[in-house]
Amino acid sequence: MSDLRAAVAAGVLGADDGFRALLQATVETARGIFHAKAASVLLLDEETDELVFEAVAGEGAGTLLGRRFPSSTGVAGWVLVTRQSLVVDDLTKDTRFSRDAAESTGYVPRGLMAVPLLTEDGALGVLEVLDRPEGVPFTLAEMDLLGLFGNQAAIALELLRRARRAQAALKGEGELTALARFAARLEEAEDEQREAGLELLRALERLLA
Amino acid sequence: MSALAHESEEDLPAWSLPAGADESIPLPSAWPARVTREWAWGGATGAGVRVCILDSGIELDHPLVGPVQRSVAVTNTDDEIAIADDDAGDLCGHGTACAGIIRSFAPECEITSVRVLGAGYTGSAKVLIAGLEWAIEQRFDVVNLSLSTTKKQYVGRLHELADEAYFKRAMLIASAHNMPVESFPWRFASVISVGSHESEDPFALYANPRPPVEFFARGLNVEIAWLGGATITATGNSFATPHVAGLCALILGKHPDLTPFQLKSVLHQTATNVGGAA
Repeated sequence: MSDLRAAVAAGVLGADDGFRALLQATVETARGIFHAKAASVLLLDEETDELVFEAVAGEGAGTLLGRRFPSSTGVAGWVLVTRQSLVVDDLTKDTRFSRDAAESTGYVPRGLMAVPLLTEDGALGVLEVLDRPEGVPFTLAEMDLLGLFGNQAAIALELLRRARRAQAALKGEGELTALARFAARLEEAEDEQREAGLELLRALERLLA
Repeated sequence: MSALAHESEEDLPAWSLPAGADESIPLPSAWPARVTREWAWGGATGAGVRVCILDSGIELDHPLVGPVQRSVAVTNTDDEIAIADDDAGDLCGHGTACAGIIRSFAPECEITSVRVLGAGYTGSAKVLIAGLEWAIEQRFDVVNLSLSTTKKQYVGRLHELADEAYFKRAMLIASAHNMPVESFPWRFASVISVGSHESEDPFALYANPRPPVEFFARGLNVEIAWLGGATITATGNSFATPHVAGLCALILGKHPDLTPFQLKSVLHQTATNVGGAA
């Protein structure tokens, strides 16, 4: 039944644009607050066991969206599998990391901070903030702040995931699709049409009761 | 240790204490009026203590880690769990970092690596549980867990294991985290949960009177062992946790008969904010 409700809701609400915008706003804000060069949210794709760039602000914004890599590699991978927030400096010392980063993002961060995006059912992904300003000492208060952003991003990501699941349920020509399409039409209809549609629905409801 | 420490446990009163039986409880008799750091670990090297690191593996021959007694890997293939000896080292560097910190405290402890991370996210909670079961069976004295899980369906089994470890004198030391979502096993009372403080002193340890986080250890800008024999600077409770594991290895090296309860008490009494550093 929750699928049906979600499908109808998705039909009314349209695409996942709203949730995507919320996620994008979260990474933009995180980047701004930490005066960082870039910030991104990576979503865990459980089917392929990969992390996917879902929202990017700053460096890499134009090229990274949709890029994927195995879920337990890199610092983002550590954070996902350990469910622990981490900050790493001097990344350029690590030639392997530098090469991988340069290949995937086009630039090598000096340092990055990352938090897991968690729900009670498991980890959804990772929020990363790359390259805070040089020479500014890092504090644990910033770690806590990043955790707060992580919580917000986790909620946005969960909504996005649900919307996608609902849309996947709508694909094809099943009964959910017909219902969702009906809900969307009703939402768009002029007052008179809408009232007629609702009257028909009420009649249907009585018939099925 | 630990054959010695575990030998007599079958003889202990289990569920009740009959009159006159109190003398049969082999408590260490040499408790000073005040437990000092000198008493707790002065001159200790961790010799004889078996430490297990459940993590991403440990890079062999890293100069900050030194000898690794044994490395095993837990794998999950189509829901079939297997545990086997392994020579692949560390897949991402996290376990090596933890091992280096423990070694810096206890140069003569034995370190065993159990790889439960690194083979992907899917199925990782089951792998963690299998690794922890193995570590408890193997009767390690100290188990470092710089990781956690949020999956509710595994909480019950993890809780049982944490208690089993406690009763078998395997001290589990687990990283806390500051996210609003609950995660485990650090929230269980039978483990030692660790958060970070900002002091640069590796021996600075703060007892927290408001659990679930029980102790704060050094976790900010820590120089850690990194893959390829390198070092790097990092921050996180993942690195505070092995500071406490290292301290526990030192204390148990000098006082192998301590139970987890007593060990936790010694940590409390030697904590910086309880006057331990004085």
